[in-house]
Amino acid sequence: MSPRYDRVAILFHWLMAVMITASFAVGLYMVSLTMSPTRIKLYNWHKWAGVTILTLAAARLLWRLKHTPPPLPPTMPKWQTSAANVAHVMLYILFFAVPLTGWAYSSAAGFPIVWFGWIPLPDFVPKDRELAEFLKPWHWMAAYALAAVVALHILAVVKHLLMDDDNLMSRMLPNMTGDKK
Amino acid sequence: MKLVQSSLQQVVAVAGVAMLVALPNLANAQQRVVPAQSEIAFVSKQFGVPVGGKFKKFDAEVTFDPKKVEAAKVNFNVDLLSADIGNSETEAELKKPGWFNSQKMPQANFTSTAVKAIGGGKFEFSGKLSIKGISQNVVVPVTLTQSAGVTRAVGSFTLKRLDFKIGDGEWNDVSLVANEVVVNIKLALTGVPPL
Ligand code: HEM
Repeated sequence: MSPRYDRVAILFHWLMAVMITASFAVGLYMVSLTMSPTRIKLYNWHKWAGVTILTLAAARLLWRLKHTPPPLPPTMPKWQTSAANVAHVMLYILFFAVPLTGWAYSSAAGFPIVWFGWIPLPDFVPKDRELAEFLKPWHWMAAYALAAVVALHILAVVKHLLMDDDNLMSRMLPNMTGDKK
Repeated sequence: MKLVQSSLQQVVAVAGVAMLVALPNLANAQQRVVPAQSEIAFVSKQFGVPVGGKFKKFDAEVTFDPKKVEAAKVNFNVDLLSADIGNSETEAELKKPGWFNSQKMPQANFTSTAVKAIGGGKFEFSGKLSIKGISQNVVVPVTLTQSAGVTRAVGSFTLKRLDFKIGDGEWNDVSLVANEVVVNIKLALTGVPPL
């Protein structure tokens, strides 16, 4: 069996997977609501979760730069390893682009971010109605792009699971058996 | 012809005298707000996030001599429909009956009842603030500075939105939208006698 990802990488992966999925779902749901206290709460939780994802993304990137992941199986065709690498780079870019566009939009629309209602974050764009209208589509386009790459990512995992039978997924699963790798 | 001329002269003379008598009074009675250099802003907190805006339309009748504050009178009208929050969604919400109900009651009014000089260019304007048909007593501390014929008044006070039923019903949870709303006033006035 191929070598595993280290524990920190696994923790980052699943923590972010859960948070991004939840933020995406909450994002889609909240924009469909008419104005209500619930909607305001969801917007705020969405933003707080999103900023948490942003900090996780930064920490994860730093970790990734110092810790090379285990190599892909040599049996994989070249185009597939390249596709995997491109997808992973795209994911990292979008981990930043999605929250940053959301943050910028929120600031421009006159809602500065106070993380968990507690830590005020700076506005890196001014409050500006036109800028807000301009930024709004970029946030959802980035979010949809992230969802699309995640979908491809999962399809690839399923392909490895069902067609290649190389058990690639277990490298990223927590080691439940308690064995040392 | 001569007759007409002399009566015209008379009219002009009378009018002139009348104006001379009236002018000093006029100067006392009306100080003017320069809208372009004035600002009425407000800010509240939503889940700890400061959210606010400005009113783009307001006008005021001000009778104010810093040395005769007993005679001072301020009547301030703010057009609630002109609230600019920076995004149209919140602005549309603010117009609804639960918030400003500004389609029905577009005016907020402040009418002074007493003005007190505290010294150092500081004054306290007490009066009635009416929003949505509800009046409350407020005290607005204001600091005045003068230069080049323009008097700048800067003041700020905090109101409790629920006292005026602003954000009534489902929005009355103050842990979500704070009860306190800080109103920041900056006015430029002309015609104010020296401090
Ligand atoms: C990885 C993190 C994030 C994901 C996956 C995500 C995803 C989404 C999605 C799917 C939507 C709905 C878009 C639509 O269909 O119109 C949305 C909307 C929104 N997001 Fe995020 N978002 C993230 C981070 C953030 C952050 C960090 C902020 C702000 C600090 C933010 C602020 C917003 C706002 C204000 C909207 C509403 C836009 C509107 O009114 O149309 N998001 N987000």
